[in-house]
Amino acid sequence: MKLTTVRNASGLAICFVVIACQRQHQDIRPSPTQLAIYGDAAKEDALRPGGPVSPQPTVNNPYNASAYDISEGQRLYNWYNCSGCHANGGGGIGPPLIKQHWIYGGEPANIFDTIVKGRPNGMPAWGGRIPEYQVWEIVAYIRSMNGEQPRSATASRADMIQPSPQTLVNRTNDQTK
Amino acid sequence: MKTTTRVAKVSAATCTAFTLLLTSCIYNRQSAIDPAGPQSGRIDTLWWSFFWLLGAIFLIVMVLTAMTLTRQHRGFEQEPLEALHKASEKTEARLRSVITGATIVSIVILFVLIVASTVTGKANSELQNKKNPLTIQVTGTQWWWQIEYKMGDPTRSLVTANEIHIPVGRPIQIRGASNDVIHSFWVPNLNGKRDLIPSRITTEWLEADHPGAYRGQCAEFCGLQHAHMALWVIAEPEDKFNAWLEAQLQPAASPRTPEEIKGEQVFMNHACIYCHAIEGTPAAGQSGPDLTHFGSRRGIAANTLPNTMGNLAGWILDPQTIKPGNHMATIEVSSGDLQPLLEYLESLK
Repeated sequence: MKLTTVRNASGLAICFVVIACQRQHQDIRPSPTQLAIYGDAAKEDALRPGGPVSPQPTVNNPYNASAYDISEGQRLYNWYNCSGCHANGGGGIGPPLIKQHWIYGGEPANIFDTIVKGRPNGMPAWGGRIPEYQVWEIVAYIRSMNGEQPRSATASRADMIQPSPQTLVNRTNDQTK
Repeated sequence: MKTTTRVAKVSAATCTAFTLLLTSCIYNRQSAIDPAGPQSGRIDTLWWSFFWLLGAIFLIVMVLTAMTLTRQHRGFEQEPLEALHKASEKTEARLRSVITGATIVSIVILFVLIVASTVTGKANSELQNKKNPLTIQVTGTQWWWQIEYKMGDPTRSLVTANEIHIPVGRPIQIRGASNDVIHSFWVPNLNGKRDLIPSRITTEWLEADHPGAYRGQCAEFCGLQHAHMALWVIAEPEDKFNAWLEAQLQPAASPRTPEEIKGEQVFMNHACIYCHAIEGTPAAGQSGPDLTHFGSRRGIAANTLPNTMGNLAGWILDPQTIKPGNHMATIEVSSGDLQPLLEYLESLK
């Protein structure tokens, strides 16, 4: 009995430590090299880009589960003025980024392709202009708006006083549970 | 005998340590006790009066302690205190007078120090009443300083980074702001420090007595690269300052040599333009330091390194080794593009 408790407790402790490590992982020396996947991460259908069913992506976001990458993505989202069209995810000139339905697919590779290639009616192509690791960081942030990143890596509250889309999504998720 | 030797040794070591400490303060350029302005002059006077007064008290206390420790036993004439559990009238009176005296002296010294501090503070705040001030906005950002000269006329507004030029003998109003976290503006040889707080403007005044370059740095821990967030305040005579200002107000010099022309194209075709601005070119990014007159500045990466072509090459190719965690993007520059880019940036005088 006692032994089981100790084992459970230590197992839990190790789990916490491992989660914490992953959450705080920082890749502060990213490679600037552009990989061959530029512009075709999602292997899309040329006739119906992005869908109806999201094609099985071949490339996964290397910057997925770390709080540092998500916060870097948030900074770059504003620096590169994504917020100019998409606001804080609610959309404006551009479509909203908090949603269930993605025009060009919602998998990380789809979002990556959208940023890199651009899309008709206004989305500029950023491929070759900003480093690839930064595109992945922005992808990580956009997915965190929809609560699609691990809760352990997502900020529990926003930096701003106003509730951010991120916290709104988390809250609604909590309510439905 | 042994105790005396030990006391002598300890005091010798203390003296050496103090001397080293003081000399390092005096001969280091960035120091509050190497004043270059009326305000830091007053702070300097206050600092030294504290030092001598409190140092004297410290010495007196230490000498008395040493005397007590090494005092010989006075022999059998001494009153048997322990036996009586009560001090004699004579001892009682002496004790009372000593305690009263020490209390009065302490209160007087504390009062003098408080008055001196208040007078210094008041005198330092008088600067804002002087005529013809120059207003400079300093915005702290992780981990560099944005400097804006607001001259009233929008066409004569100037944005630069990590280097403030000021005319000697003119009061300078520093309007402090922050883009992210709390920073603190401190140029020890002139005045400060003053915290820069997000979504708020704080004000600091300073004035330089004589020309020179005074180093300042962030004095409030602000993240990974807090230690590498330095700035220079360069005090110049009024005419030299005006010449500098006029030169800085011009748009960037157009590239002349073929190398520089290629360098400009490299700059415009890379991610540089998303964060950096160069007046007179399409580059208009606002997130990073303005590079319009980059070649005229003393340092790169918020004065982490001197502004030389070699350092700049290292900084562009691998900023995360020089300043880990900073927000400069790691971009890919091909070997053929690097030299033109360096020549172009250094030509922006």
